[in-house]
Parts: sequence; structure tokens; C-alpha cells
Amino acid sequence: MNAAIAVIRRDLLLAMRRKSEVMTALFFFIIVVSLFPLGIGPEPVLLKKIAPGILWVAALLATMLGLARLFAPDHADGTLEQMALSPTPMGVLIAGKIAAHWITTGLPLVLLAPVLGIQFDLDGAALGILVVALLLGTPLLSLIGAIGAALTLGLRGGGVLLSLLVLPLYVPTLIFGAGAVEMVVSGMSAAGHLSLLAAMLALALFFAPWATTAALRIALE
Amino acid sequence: MNNRLIHWFKFASPQSFYPLAGKMIPWFWGLAAIFFVAGLYIGFFVAPTDFQQGEGYRIIFVHVPAAWMSMFIYLVMAFWAGLGLALNTRLSSMMAQALAPTGAIMAFLSLWTGAWWGKPMWGAWWVWDARLTSALILFFLYIGFIALQAAIDDARRADKAGAILALVGVVNVPIIYFSVQWWNTLHQGASVSLTRAPTMATTMLWGMLIMALAFWMYSIAVALMRVRAIILEREAHTEWVKELPEVKN
Repeated sequence: MNAAIAVIRRDLLLAMRRKSEVMTALFFFIIVVSLFPLGIGPEPVLLKKIAPGILWVAALLATMLGLARLFAPDHADGTLEQMALSPTPMGVLIAGKIAAHWITTGLPLVLLAPVLGIQFDLDGAALGILVVALLLGTPLLSLIGAIGAALTLGLRGGGVLLSLLVLPLYVPTLIFGAGAVEMVVSGMSAAGHLSLLAAMLALALFFAPWATTAALRIALE
Repeated sequence: MNNRLIHWFKFASPQSFYPLAGKMIPWFWGLAAIFFVAGLYIGFFVAPTDFQQGEGYRIIFVHVPAAWMSMFIYLVMAFWAGLGLALNTRLSSMMAQALAPTGAIMAFLSLWTGAWWGKPMWGAWWVWDARLTSALILFFLYIGFIALQAAIDDARRADKAGAILALVGVVNVPIIYFSVQWWNTLHQGASVSLTRAPTMATTMLWGMLIMALAFWMYSIAVALMRVRAIILEREAHTEWVKELPEVKN
């Protein structure tokens, strides 16, 4: 546990030294969300209806941006090999790295999303559910994405390939995440969607670090 | 006991599997041809015209078997890939690699024929029906698997990375399927339902089952041919490959 926290602290420190990377993903999120009204037209009713989907798709894409850099620097300078050799189970260290990725890319999205939601005229209840859904969903995106990042580590055209591998696996998260907000907008309870998101998160918390570690060991061979 | 084990694993070696596959391929092609002819004959000449859908429904004899195969091949592919990862058997991974393009073609074929069927029946090439959407995502999963294997030069790493991806995919396929189904029922009423199809005439069912068998035989034959090519490619440095008559000439 201590080792995982040490990894999280180290990655956060590294991210703070290079703030631009974190900010890039964040502004990407804002820009993508702002592009939709320009493409679709300024009708408030239509925009309110598609807002959950837009916010979620943008969150999906913004999370993807950071994934390619999740393991690449550590792979380049040999840190990853030291992690594989360390007496602490590698899965624990990798879980720490994934947690740090979520804190630097997922958490800012969660905090920013309500502000963007206001632009689309979502009311208070919907904004609340949006935050809860993103809080459950963005860690899931980081966990699933880490598997893809590990599989494509060091490959030619890894970034594009990564999105090809990961985006289809993001479908359930997108459906339930955006669905939860839509339920509230149309006056129903979002409990079912949120429970399913939480269930998938629990599954991914258990399996994804493990699969990521296996994939990293293959990449390091 | 020990003897049996050795016997069982004999064909796990590319060297002994290569000639065996060569002997099996013509048989599977033959069976595929017989079933195709029989199935298409039943489909086009014996099966009655559907009173609701007219003649257009006959595309079902290609569409449904292709859809079945696309789903089933993914499972088989993940099985072989997982076996290759667990037991470190080269041939299993080659088998998985050989199955992927066939599975992708089947998924594509089911989407394509589905569009041809949809246009006259529903008036649209594509609707965001749950089955169509999950078939599309399955197609993406196949493409991801093929692209990942193609991007890795080292064959062993490609095998293992592909295996992990296939296993992750297999865990996700049911989740995706059910989430898409639920998403669909939420967004629109079942304007188009494939499940409410009128009870099928027996000849139609027979035609479809025979066509499914034909697709099976075809898939096995093609996968075996492809696995033979992969064996030759990967084992090109070995003596036994250099000794093969088809390589010598």
C-alpha cells in the first residue's frame, strides 16, 4: 500500500512539474464540448437533450489523450523495468500509476463538467448526477485504458492503435454514464445506471491492474 | 498415462500439424461445397416465399449463419489465444491469428447483408438496433485484434499481447451486448424487432442450418489454410520446412 502511495505521489509530482500535459487534456475537453453547439446549431432544447452524450464523449476522448503517455516515459528511462524487478508486486505499483493518471486527467474533468453542463442548460439535479456518474466512470476509463496503453507500449503508431483498441471497450461506460444523466433529465431515477457503473468499476478495479501488469511484462520481455 | 499425453499433444507441434492440416483441408472444402449447394438450393428453390417479407427474406440464409459465425469465431479465437498464453504453445496462438480475419469477414458480411435486408424491409440501410450496434462493435474488436498483431514485429510478443486483448474482449462482449440492448430499449421503442419474426417454416430453418454448417466448414478450411501459411512463415528457418517439397521447388 505504501508503495502504491509512493508511486501516486511521484507521478503527481512529475505531472505538476509539467503542468502543460495536464492542461492540454483539460482544454481539449473544453474545446471539444464547445465545438458541438457550433456544429449542431444553438437550439437550447436540442442541446439540452444531447448534452450528456456530448460531455461523456468528450471525456472519453480527453482521457484517451493522456493514455499514450501513461507508461511511455517510464518505459524509456527504465523505471518500468525497475518496477518489474521490485519486491513489491508489480500490480500494486501499476495500480498506483493508474490512480495517478485518474487524478491528473479524470478528476479535473469531473470538476469541470458541471460548469460546461451549465452551458447546455442542465439543471441542478442533472448536474449532480453528471458529477456522480463521471466520478464512477472516469476511473473506469483510466483502468480500461491502461490495458490498451500497456499493450501498445513502444509500438509504431501506438497512439492511433490505442484508440482503436480502447474505444470499443469504452462503450458500456459511455452508455451507462450518459444514460444516468439522461434518466434524470427525463425525470426518472438514475440509480440503476449508477449501480451498473459502480459494478463495472468494482470489476475493473480488480481485473484491470492485473491485465495491465501482464501486458507490461510482455512488453518488457 | 504418459503415453496418452504425448499422443494428445503430438499435433500441438507445428511440424506435425502442418501435414495433418494439409490432409484435412480438401475434406472441409468438399463438405463446405456440398453444404453450400444444398443450403442454397433449399434457400432459393425449396423454401416458400415469406408472406410478409416476400422474396427478400432469402438473404437470411447468408445473413444469419454469418452473424452466428462472427460471434462464435471470436470465442474460439479467444480460447486458442488464452491457451497459447497459458500453455505457451505456439500453434494455439497461430490458430488464433488465423481465425481473426475470417471472423472479421463474417462480422462484416453480417453487417453488409443486414443492410441489404434492412433497406427493403425497414426502409433504411441502417438502424441503431441493439443487434446491429453490437455486431458493429464486435467488428471493431476484430479490427483491433488484427491491427495490434500487425503492429508488433516480434511474433511471440504479438501472440501474447493479442491474447490479452482477446481475453479482455471476451469478458467485455457480454457487457457490451447487454449494455447496448438496454441502451436501445431506453432510447426508442422496439420499432424494429428481429425477435418477433413469424415462426419459421421448417424448410427455411433447415436451409438456414445447412447454410450454417457450410459456413462452419468454410471457416475451418480457410483457417487451416491460413494457419499453414503462418506456420511456413514463422518456421521458415527450420530444417523441416526447408525439406518440404512445396518449399523446395
